[in-house]
Amino acid sequence: RLRGGVWNQEKGDKVEILDAKTREKLCFLDKVEPQATIAEIKNLFTKTHPQWYPARQSLRLDPKGKSLKDEDVLQKLPVGTTATLYFRDLGAQISWVTVFLTEYAGPLFIYLLFYFRVPFIYGHKYDFTSSRHTVVHLACICHSFHYIKRLLETLFVHRFSHGTMPLRNIFKNCTYYWGFAAWMAYYINHPLYTPPTYGAQQVKLALAIFVICQLGNFSIHMALRDLRPAGSKTRKIPYPTKNPFTWLFLLVSCPNYTYEVGSWIGFAIMTQCLPVALFSLVGFTQMTIWAKGKHRSYLKEFRDYPPLRMPIIPFLL
Amino acid sequence: MAAAAATAASKGNGGGGGRAGAGEASSSRKKKGPGPLATAYLVIYNVVMTAGWLVIAVGLVRAYLAKGSYHSLYYSIEKPLKFFQTGALLEILHCAIGIVPSSVVLTSFQVMSRVFLIWAVTHSVKESGHISLKKEKVKNRLQTPLKTWKLERQTTVCQMAELKVQSEDSVLLFVIAWTITEIIRYSFYTFSLLNHLPYLIKWARYTLFIVLYPMGVSGELLTIYAALPFVRQAGLYSISLPNKYNFSFDYYAFLILIMISYIPIFPQLYFHMIHQRRKILSHTEEHKKFE
Repeated sequence: RLRGGVWNQEKGDKVEILDAKTREKLCFLDKVEPQATIAEIKNLFTKTHPQWYPARQSLRLDPKGKSLKDEDVLQKLPVGTTATLYFRDLGAQISWVTVFLTEYAGPLFIYLLFYFRVPFIYGHKYDFTSSRHTVVHLACICHSFHYIKRLLETLFVHRFSHGTMPLRNIFKNCTYYWGFAAWMAYYINHPLYTPPTYGAQQVKLALAIFVICQLGNFSIHMALRDLRPAGSKTRKIPYPTKNPFTWLFLLVSCPNYTYEVGSWIGFAIMTQCLPVALFSLVGFTQMTIWAKGKHRSYLKEFRDYPPLRMPIIPFLL
Repeated sequence: MAAAAATAASKGNGGGGGRAGAGEASSSRKKKGPGPLATAYLVIYNVVMTAGWLVIAVGLVRAYLAKGSYHSLYYSIEKPLKFFQTGALLEILHCAIGIVPSSVVLTSFQVMSRVFLIWAVTHSVKESGHISLKKEKVKNRLQTPLKTWKLERQTTVCQMAELKVQSEDSVLLFVIAWTITEIIRYSFYTFSLLNHLPYLIKWARYTLFIVLYPMGVSGELLTIYAALPFVRQAGLYSISLPNKYNFSFDYYAFLILIMISYIPIFPQLYFHMIHQRRKILSHTEEHKKFE
């Protein structure tokens, strides 16, 4: 601010942004508040380069270093009077919520196409017919319930730490979910479907497993949501609550994944369908990788992390 | 594709003897390389493989001279071919434990595609005289005074399948392509590991593929194509509904999908190798200029 004719040069830092690969000077920001966060700097950068909206900007102190967080404050960074930041384009981004809604709505809809035996899937004499096996109707209810639950959780329960992910992920994820849903649904709703070997007993047991795991998975999602207040990005160790389903936290870092695998195993037993078992296996593999990663970051972040806990399977994995 | 992938993914590396991702032959780049024990093992492995494929090459030549024709030479080298090509599965292990700096995924893909062609196509689609039994539904109409009856019964039909793939000329096409490629590739690795790579071997590796790759791919595709009628008729490796695991698999459709997958994959690998060739052979030329 101009005071008595003297321009105070101390107020406001300078920030220059260079391309991480070419070192080309992309932007020079004058008079940035020392208190400014990276998020605010990203917004200023977008003004000069509107095609790079903040979500696809990765700013870092070193061209090959880690991305700075949106909450980081300029003043607290190890820089001189002129801060040099390196920019990398993360590519087109899409919000997590959009990806989740799309990848979950697909299986819900696709399964129903097979359930109602829409034309051109099975022979024409089966168009719009209905299976005579109770378990087929039950399976449709379970599968649909599962994905409706996921959609509602995405809209009302989950608190995402990241806003966006790369655009290509939506194609990858949708191929996986939609592809497997179609593959499973084809056999379960097939006119030549064979019901489980052990009949009603098997179906009842499987249904019990499925329901318990769905409730468990939901309980964990609620517990994780309550761990983090709305709008914040705080990270805390999750602990068991009064809800017995959350007591699995005593043994496992990611009981939501444990319950999810359990649900699909239940569904596989209920339908006695090999593609369902394969889907459960692939899902289990992926969730184990995620659980191990989460477990590792818990251990790194919290010194007092409970030692008894395993990532996904109590005592084993 | 199996022929090309083997050459394509294994880009030349001065020292590591592996299928390096970047394939720089520059000596200014830091090379970690395997330890002395691993190097010794890899040298032995690559020498054995070179020798193995030489045995196959010699076997082909001798069989050709003895028979006087190039038809059905597969039978004379069937066993060493199966042994040494299957042995290449070890290369996946080498990548997994890190003594070879290549991607496990890429190596798995190329070795598996070779092994698939050897066992699941050439070996499985067997000799003539195969008898297949098929259940067929026979429909009849029976006319009685008051009603026309539609009858259906199942009978078992016995068929002789006179189809086989092993005596097809296409098999010879890919066997020759693979043999020449592998002899050069394994000797390339051997010499690289010993840090004494003759330019001729490097040149051969990055030039002969121009002919060998399309040759191998043609042989593979024609062989799969020749196998199709047999697979359809015998229901080879196929499961149909109904069954208690509610699963089905049509090997015939699967083979067709495999053939179609060559369309996107072949050009990519081929042009990648051409690009690599330009980079590596011109680089060596420059080095020679400054000597």
